[in-house]
Amino acid sequence: MSWFKKLKDGLSKSSGRLVDGIARALGSGKLDAATIQEIEDALIGADLGPAVAARLAGGLKQKKFPDGVSGDAVRAALADDVAALLAPVAKSFAPDPAKQPHVVLVVGVNGSGKTTTIGKLAHRLTRENPALKLLLVAGDTFRAAAVSQLRIWGERTGAPVIAGADGADAAGLAFDALSRAKAEGLDLVLIDTAGRLHNKADLMAELAKIVRVLKRLDPGAPHDVLLVLDATTGQNAIAQVETFKSMVAVSGLVLTKLDGSARGGVLVALSEKFGLPVVAVGVGEGQEDLQPFAPHDFARGLLGLDS
Amino acid sequence: MFESLSKRLGDVFDRLRKRGALTEADVDAVLREVRVALLEADVALEVVKDFVAQVKLAAIGQEVIRSVTPGQMVVKIVHDQLVATLGASTSEINLRATPPVPILMVGLQGSGKTTTTAKLAKRLTERDKKKVLMASLDTRRPAAQEQLAVLGTQVSVATLPIIAGQQPVEIARRAIEVGAKEGYDVVLLDTAGRLAIDEELMAEAAAVRAAVNPAETLLVADAMTGQDAVNLARAFHEKIGVTGIVLTRVDGDARGGAALSMRAVTGQPIKFIGIGEKLDAIDVFHPDRIAGRILGMGDIVGLVEKAAETVEREEAEKLARKVQKGEFDFEDMASQLKQLRKMGGLSSMMGMLPGIGKMQKQISEAKIDDKVVRRQEAIISSMTPKERRYPKLLNARRKQRIAAGSGTSVEEINKLIKQFMEMGRMVKQVSKLGQKGLARAGMASLFRR
Repeated sequence: MSWFKKLKDGLSKSSGRLVDGIARALGSGKLDAATIQEIEDALIGADLGPAVAARLAGGLKQKKFPDGVSGDAVRAALADDVAALLAPVAKSFAPDPAKQPHVVLVVGVNGSGKTTTIGKLAHRLTRENPALKLLLVAGDTFRAAAVSQLRIWGERTGAPVIAGADGADAAGLAFDALSRAKAEGLDLVLIDTAGRLHNKADLMAELAKIVRVLKRLDPGAPHDVLLVLDATTGQNAIAQVETFKSMVAVSGLVLTKLDGSARGGVLVALSEKFGLPVVAVGVGEGQEDLQPFAPHDFARGLLGLDS
Repeated sequence: MFESLSKRLGDVFDRLRKRGALTEADVDAVLREVRVALLEADVALEVVKDFVAQVKLAAIGQEVIRSVTPGQMVVKIVHDQLVATLGASTSEINLRATPPVPILMVGLQGSGKTTTTAKLAKRLTERDKKKVLMASLDTRRPAAQEQLAVLGTQVSVATLPIIAGQQPVEIARRAIEVGAKEGYDVVLLDTAGRLAIDEELMAEAAAVRAAVNPAETLLVADAMTGQDAVNLARAFHEKIGVTGIVLTRVDGDARGGAALSMRAVTGQPIKFIGIGEKLDAIDVFHPDRIAGRILGMGDIVGLVEKAAETVEREEAEKLARKVQKGEFDFEDMASQLKQLRKMGGLSSMMGMLPGIGKMQKQISEAKIDDKVVRRQEAIISSMTPKERRYPKLLNARRKQRIAAGSGTSVEEINKLIKQFMEMGRMVKQVSKLGQKGLARAGMASLFRR
């Protein structure tokens, strides 16, 4: 199944309501204030948030619909707007061979899908470049069996996994991992971290410590900090990005669980506010289910249109 | 979690408070704000619409009683409606079935099912004195069964031995058999995370349910969930049948509108909330308290109850007497600090208090956190008993010795002494003002440096 099909199947379950909502709103065949309000509501229902939804719906007033105001035409217009908003943030991730090694720290709140994302990313990168020498670092020393979970991904992808004891200091482990990667001349180090709620100052400080420790070995490290976000998350995603960004230099986002009924509409609000690159989306639990972010497809899928 | 919503509504009501009479236009203006506030809090649109309509129905035609302000009137109406939507009372877990009582945990990936299972097992074991067996039916996520086994060891609750290759329905049946044979009271069945639209996996969960006929099927959902909360709650309820909801990560700062949404579409009560990473961080859900919190009144009841559970009553009375006599010393302060930590630390306590949004900012600015409390305890324990009783003895030389002994600095000791004096003063004031006064002055004043 192509990822777009998967994405669209997921999105369509819920964008069905959006389609219905917009179709219903246009029952009168006119774009009057009440209709715009209903379109705005439908967008809010996709997690775009009240502010972005109001602006996108309000923007319809300036648009011309030469072939008449139909549900399809309105959705296509909205999809164009969303795609235009998202276009600048679509960037794929590739390790930079100039960095020896390229160090990537993966962060996020509990249950967002960090470990699975690392597993899938490792799979994709080794498939693209079988000569790539990478190291997975089981930095989630808190959650029970998180280390075993990453080890299984390591076996699947053939990447070595470095781990400490349960409850060990994640910063110390990161330091050891980077020392080893430098000594062995590896290309890429993917560091998993324990999930942490962004409003817990002490846990966030731990994250900052990992970064500090890495910088002692390589002032440029971590070269990327990927924040993993669950597409099911609502407006709280904004607070998550804001806080994580202020603690560690987040360089990109990964949106997971897009194969569900949640539409990840909050991504539109996030892109507008922070402009952070979206480097990948997760569309399933299989090894292949991590895909580059395609704004056009995402926007069309969000609004229930064929690509 | 509801702080931001409280603040938003707080602003609305502040505006209303400043006006005299309550006109219909006022009600409409307020309800518009309430609507946006609820949407920003991730309450699902359909639920918001219903909610606003019902508040309006209740508000219009209401006589404004002379003794209250129009704002207070609307607060009460919104509050009552919130409580009604969240469920009128606390709902305990249903164990009325022939032992071993099966309890099924379901939910999306990453919602916190496994951790919640372990927390619930610990609670049932320790509070309700039940003999509990846990079994993981998650054959999909790598190391999921192992995760539950490790947690079982941590909370000293038995887990069903893992047999590789067994399918979820078989594991569930085996868990019930073992439970019956070995005399367990409750069997907790943790399942794999599944998407509400995954027909195959939803059917599998329904098959497990049919096989073991659980007394409770608990939907575990993240407090950060957005508009999708209605879809997932509806799907799980229709396809598997849910008897209660567990809301996790309530210790985050999500506005938690998902609670309202899921309750509204399933009609099932929210039974528990997860309030931290530690395995005892689970609590029953109190709709009235949460509604109060939404409206910025703070969870004073929760705070008092938690305090009562922790603080030995006699000790508290002794302290009050000492304070009144002006005998508050460092020994007392140390025991206060210790109790503060026992209550789950400052951050968890602050979450229960009114006006939290603003206060949390103050706290982070003042850098008052649990670590500071621990350092302060270290300082006090480096004092001699005599110094603790007579703080006036603390001269420069003694301070230097204490600093060396506790690994702190003279500066920190001076701060502590200042705080100690303020605390003594404050406690005196509070005992004069009573509970009400404390609420008004705000707990923050106790911790200001």
